[in-house]
Amino acid sequence: MAASSPRNPPPLRGAENQDPLSEMADEDSDEGEDIFVGNSNPVAESFQPDTANGEEPADLFSEEETSTAVNSSITTFKSNGVHSDNENDLFAEVSVELSMENPSTTAKTSGAEFTPSLTLSATQPRSMEQLEEEKDEDSFDMDVAVTNPEKIGDGMNAYMAYKVSTRTTLPMFRNRTFSVWRRFSDFLGLYEKLSVKHSLNGCIIPPPPEKSVVGMTKVKVGKEDSSSADFVERRRAALERYLQRVVCHPSLLQDPDVREFLERDELPRAVGTHTLSGAGFLKMINRASDAVSKMTIKISYSDAWFDNKLQEVESEDLQLRKLHAVVDSLVNHRKELCGNTAVFAKSMAMLGNSEDNTALSRALSQLAEVEDKMETLHQEQAASDFFILAELLADYIRLLGAVRGCFEQRMKTWQRWQEAQSTLQKKREVEAKLLWANKPDKLQQAKEEITEWEGKVTQYERDFDRISVTVRKEFLRFEKEKSKDFKSQIVKYLESLLQSQQRLVMFWEAFLPEAKAIA
Amino acid sequence: MDEDLFLEDVGDSWSFQLGGEDEDDLHEYQAFLGSSFFDLSGDPFSQMGLGDHEGKQFCWKKTHTDSSAEEEEAREGSLSVSAQTIRVTEAVRDGDALTFIVISQKLSGSGEYHVARTHEDFQWLQQCLFSQEVVPGILGVIFPPLPAKPQLNAPTKVLKQLGFLAMGEDWRMYCMALETYLQQVAAHTTLSKNKCLENFLTSSEPPGRQRVRKGIFNRLSQAMEGMRKEGHKDVDDFFQTERDNNLTLTGCSKSATERFIDVVLTEQKLAVACGHFSTALHLCVEQEEDSAVLAFSKICVKLSEVIDSIKRNFESVAENNLSTLGLGLDLESRCQEAEKEMLYRRTCKLVVLETASRNAERAKPVKTAAMDELKVAAEKEFDHVSGVAKQEIARFHSTRVELLRQALILWCEKQLETARDTSFRYSEHLQAFKGLGE
Repeated sequence: MAASSPRNPPPLRGAENQDPLSEMADEDSDEGEDIFVGNSNPVAESFQPDTANGEEPADLFSEEETSTAVNSSITTFKSNGVHSDNENDLFAEVSVELSMENPSTTAKTSGAEFTPSLTLSATQPRSMEQLEEEKDEDSFDMDVAVTNPEKIGDGMNAYMAYKVSTRTTLPMFRNRTFSVWRRFSDFLGLYEKLSVKHSLNGCIIPPPPEKSVVGMTKVKVGKEDSSSADFVERRRAALERYLQRVVCHPSLLQDPDVREFLERDELPRAVGTHTLSGAGFLKMINRASDAVSKMTIKISYSDAWFDNKLQEVESEDLQLRKLHAVVDSLVNHRKELCGNTAVFAKSMAMLGNSEDNTALSRALSQLAEVEDKMETLHQEQAASDFFILAELLADYIRLLGAVRGCFEQRMKTWQRWQEAQSTLQKKREVEAKLLWANKPDKLQQAKEEITEWEGKVTQYERDFDRISVTVRKEFLRFEKEKSKDFKSQIVKYLESLLQSQQRLVMFWEAFLPEAKAIA
Repeated sequence: MDEDLFLEDVGDSWSFQLGGEDEDDLHEYQAFLGSSFFDLSGDPFSQMGLGDHEGKQFCWKKTHTDSSAEEEEAREGSLSVSAQTIRVTEAVRDGDALTFIVISQKLSGSGEYHVARTHEDFQWLQQCLFSQEVVPGILGVIFPPLPAKPQLNAPTKVLKQLGFLAMGEDWRMYCMALETYLQQVAAHTTLSKNKCLENFLTSSEPPGRQRVRKGIFNRLSQAMEGMRKEGHKDVDDFFQTERDNNLTLTGCSKSATERFIDVVLTEQKLAVACGHFSTALHLCVEQEEDSAVLAFSKICVKLSEVIDSIKRNFESVAENNLSTLGLGLDLESRCQEAEKEMLYRRTCKLVVLETASRNAERAKPVKTAAMDELKVAAEKEFDHVSGVAKQEIARFHSTRVELLRQALILWCEKQLETARDTSFRYSEHLQAFKGLGE
């Protein structure tokens, strides 16, 4: 997949004129910004196929993914967004903390063998299936994945870099498959930019995952325990979902910042992301809900609609929080079951060892092994509970916050319009007074101000109408997406549940003859 | 040794009830005891008369006011019911106590017996069994273990002792344990002949409502002496090995039982958590006509059905664990304790014998004859006990292997069935979900 071949300038939305000034066309007419810097596209180039596997390049989107494939593709990486040159050595040393094996494929291969590192069952394929569904509906083809968390640097200056891979047939991108390296603050920076541009329009902008000082410190310090790995996996999955939601949004996808994020090799460091800490975000959401509750409009039917929907959102927020708490406790209990099962397995093994009767001894040892296998099943199930259900709920709690933000935005617009109206009214009164007081020089100024404010009132009214339309549209889209999202996630959950159950049946079937063989 | 039961109601544990529970008994026997537990002055094989406790070999006592005739009969005869048909069908709450319904089929095939018994009645039976003095070497019998007394409204710590037996609905596990106990007694060649058993199973009148003297073996004495005697080296390799193995197995099986209890408790907790989840989902259902809201509500309803299935699965799995392997492990653990106690009694007899031998050797000429007599008696008894013990051990092992085998098979079969059922239900849910909103 050579990047140096001449490319036709991709058509823009609305099929604007194509300006073949250079090989890399100036795409974005809005900002007038040339986002394609440089001639070569080292990203695509270095996204080498893993010749060892003989697979299609950039096949992160397939179900089969082994850590060895990942490692070798890293070493062929020439340059990327966040790394300096001669990074090959760095990659060779960096330990990939996660095994990218998909438990479902492993199950296909053997029936009972799998490694314990699958506590972090990668939810990668989920993104594909989810996007596939949407792809059919929205008639654009776009897959995004966030993979390969890599620790860059050491000590407190270290950070995690994530590989963001895109596969698309959309013409507005330079290539069909490409990837870049991004760090967490880049994602936050993207959110900031999108917020600034689109929230005023009433768009529901998907919120990014939260910052976590504790989590990141552990990673920086280099604690190689399972909680760090869990944290990294959790963040990786959350970043992936975040990006998927962004690219699903038809307006946001068109935003050049999004494209730049996905394509550009080096992004300038995002600054000012401190506002997006977990606490900051919470404050934002609370402010929104406070402001909204203070407003009451009863001017037209459409406002009743908005009021209703807002109430819905608020009660749903409560419900989701409750659900999240319940699922959390479910996850904890399952982890407890894991521990208990493991301890029980050991005690049965000891009992089996002390047993004289050979057949009984063997059966007891087999029992211990069955229990061990069940422990692994429980662990996977707990991961499934968490990564599929709990995180889904957490995402939507945050999304509902963004929805509330939209409603607040609309309220602000309305308020601005109302204030403009009252200012206009005051100006008119001033004019009337001046007329009566007969001061022609000041009258002229007053008349000018009135005109100015009349203009503003009209504009603000139009703004309000426009944002109402947008918010309404966004909200309907959000509801639709939510149902789809939940449905596909629950299907995923059920599939993992069913798989576990089927493996369990196999374990029991294997044990029965052992029990019967006791004499 | 089960420390927990040390200070509890001593009478509940049929074993190691050495010395009298009352001070009176203790004094009486200490005159004879010296360093041994058993009183050897007197003919070990003479039958014990009613209420006559001096100089008797076995220090169990009965204070029945029943006629001595019944006492006489209590030693012979055979059971008129079929051992395998004995059932303890339910536990009826009667204020603070439980009454158990025991049903057994007549051997003659002409019907069945229905009796109601309390735990005190069971204890009476156990005491009867201990009091079979005529049988030489009775101490070598591994007595089927009687479960500890079930206490209603008991603090958690007390219930914990009962372990699996306190779990399950309506004391079902406990009933099964009692049932096993009765079946084991009834199947034992020597014990089944005790008329008390017949009485217990068939008499419509509750047996011996008088308070039975709780027993001879005083746990306190045993604890003090135990340190010295439990480790006492054996003269017989077979028994030494058996004692060592038993020690290991007792520890292992107890530990395995406790760990398994933890597993089952967590499974039950998971079922409850699923219940909460399912309920919370129902609260998300909105009666809206808006199609988007409706779609989401449908998802919530369907998901809550799934969670319900998960809950029922956990409940079944826990129940299966309880009623098969749990019960089996519990029984194994208590049976190992029973064997331990028998071996201990034999060891005590060995100590008595060795003491008597030493005494005989060192005796002054005037006492030699008496000491020799004692020594011969002790030897005879020890041999009897060892003989019985050997048989019992063989029987014990084959029985317990069989019991474990049955428990394991039943456990596996039940779990397999549950797993298959659940798998089927999950796949149905999956299909339903996939078809949602199409």
